[in-house]
Amino acid sequence: MKNIYKKSSIISENAFCPGCLHGVASKLIAEVLEELQIHQKAICVLPVGCGTLNMESLKLDRVVAAHGRAPAVATGLKRSLPDNIVFTYQGDGDLASIGLAEIIHAANRGENITVIFVNNSIYGMTGGQLAPTTLVQQQSTTSKFGRNTSTMGYPIKMAEIITQLESPTLVARQSLDSPRNIIAAKKIIRRAFENQMNHKGFSFVELLSNCPTNWKMKPIDSLDWMRSNVIPYFELGILKDVEGGK
Amino acid sequence: MSQLFMKGNEAIAESAVRAGCEFFAGYPITPQNEIPEYLSWRLDEVGGVFVQGESEVAAVNMIYGASCAGKRVMTSTSGPGLSLKAEGISYLAASRLPAVIVDVARTGAGLGQIKPGQNDYWFVKSPGHGGFKTIVLAPHTVQEAVDLTYMAFDLADRDLAPVIVLADGVIGAMMEAVTLPPFKDTYPDKTSWILNGAENRESRIISSVTNDLNKLESFHVYQKELYESWGRKDVMVESFMASDAEYIIAAYGTSARIAKTAIRILREKGIKIGLIRPITIVPFPYEAFEDLPYNNVKGILVTELCIPSQMIDDIQLGVLKRIPVHTFGRGGGFIFSPEDIIDELNKVFSLED
Amino acid sequence: MIKVIVNKKLCKGCELCTDACPLKIMVLGDVLNNNGYNYATQKDQDKCTGCMRCALMCPESAIEIYK
Repeated sequence: MKNIYKKSSIISENAFCPGCLHGVASKLIAEVLEELQIHQKAICVLPVGCGTLNMESLKLDRVVAAHGRAPAVATGLKRSLPDNIVFTYQGDGDLASIGLAEIIHAANRGENITVIFVNNSIYGMTGGQLAPTTLVQQQSTTSKFGRNTSTMGYPIKMAEIITQLESPTLVARQSLDSPRNIIAAKKIIRRAFENQMNHKGFSFVELLSNCPTNWKMKPIDSLDWMRSNVIPYFELGILKDVEGGK
Repeated sequence: MSQLFMKGNEAIAESAVRAGCEFFAGYPITPQNEIPEYLSWRLDEVGGVFVQGESEVAAVNMIYGASCAGKRVMTSTSGPGLSLKAEGISYLAASRLPAVIVDVARTGAGLGQIKPGQNDYWFVKSPGHGGFKTIVLAPHTVQEAVDLTYMAFDLADRDLAPVIVLADGVIGAMMEAVTLPPFKDTYPDKTSWILNGAENRESRIISSVTNDLNKLESFHVYQKELYESWGRKDVMVESFMASDAEYIIAAYGTSARIAKTAIRILREKGIKIGLIRPITIVPFPYEAFEDLPYNNVKGILVTELCIPSQMIDDIQLGVLKRIPVHTFGRGGGFIFSPEDIIDELNKVFSLED
Repeated sequence: MIKVIVNKKLCKGCELCTDACPLKIMVLGDVLNNNGYNYATQKDQDKCTGCMRCALMCPESAIEIYK
């Protein structure tokens, strides 16, 4: 019998909550790196947040950046080690809130890195606060009566913002809510890492994810919430795919 | 050895290049702009990397990343930028990453002014949260700025820690003759800990966070021992005409230069006065003040380009109030003259009566 | 012949695989693993078509499939 689906050798037991799609995002990265045979050249810049939990389970060279600073740390790493594969793994608080300047300018400089942005519309690690990508009217521990747009603004569409910049060569958003979307997500993650291998400059992949614990839902129900609320707001697909290259 | 007439900031930048600096990230802030400006073209010439970050926060995290890769890294800024880099410096210290941070200090908290000042003394002693220290080297001439920057890279690599060079706007802007150090050709081997891809080795992690609390506490114990070792072997202090002095001026950096002129003037009038000048702010030369011949020394005047005095805290730890310690400083970016110091000495110690 | 193997040590009983399986033959068992989770198991093995959706969906990479 042939093994047609197996766990990647560079990922071990993760510490995410049951049903958290961070686990899917992380395993897809591990599978892609292993399939492209670049895991031994890869350096992962981890965020502060649930993504930090990958420090125990991803068997790559890793550095835990200060909150929001992963794109800057990755810049220093990649500029110093151009032949290594450098990528950041960040959540929506890390990337779209405190680290917004860092991501915009790393993208604008066209750093030849890959950014994996896991957007679950909430602060997970710290217990469910409002995030820049929290949906309108969505409850959180700091928007008890739902996100009030007059004082808390609207969910930020990071992929669209990054697409406005000249330098990025690949910008896409996929969702992890179903096997079909997971296959599509893996394909675009692979494209992003291939871009970096071919020195095509900055690639950005936003992955819509869930947060059963802080959305206060069973994991299965969180998938339905994504399909009826999150995905309609954050459109899926490839937003930018140009022949860049340095 | 040929001498060049160089501006302080540019001399600091060239000294870093000769010390083997391979990666610099900076951000514009007066009075240190010539450092990134100079390195923006100079580092290319030696195969190094220059990046202007979008903020000081980004810049310090870029050198964090480059240091993870084993490169010799530097950033420079002034007070307000150093505040923004505090988080990054704390992370460098807690991750055992070597880096050189130059602070060309200016006056005042907040935006203050772009005029020179020595207002960052308290801050550089532990520039960030969590209770860590960095070695702080304080030059008072352009030549010394060159030498201390050059040394800072070695200390950073020795301890795997951030090291601060505390200059100020006067030293940064002034031009003086300097002899530049030679290009270094030997560097410590870092291959055992840097991140360059887990090929034929276990994967590694560089992080300031760990879930292993015992490991974290043993790191804190290590920090204590490291700081104590600095006190034993890294203290640098200049004693200028102080051996027979009845009065001592305590000053560092630019204010020490001015004090030296005041001392020469007074010495010509037969007044026994000298200077004790800390060169390392951390580790502070407490012994230089503990071991003063108190039967002979009647008083100390601390002169600083800031109000209130900050260095007095450390001086008192040495003097322990055995003799009067007065402070004299100018704020607002003003620079006192030697005569101003002499007037103050007469006021508090009635030297020339 | 398809074999779906659930690593009961890794499974956190999140049920995502039960949602992903088009034939609804992935279910939570009533046996607890050592983390206290009812781990997933496959009933009616012969119905399985090897579509791999359960494995794709699993955040723990706990499901391996042999064909």
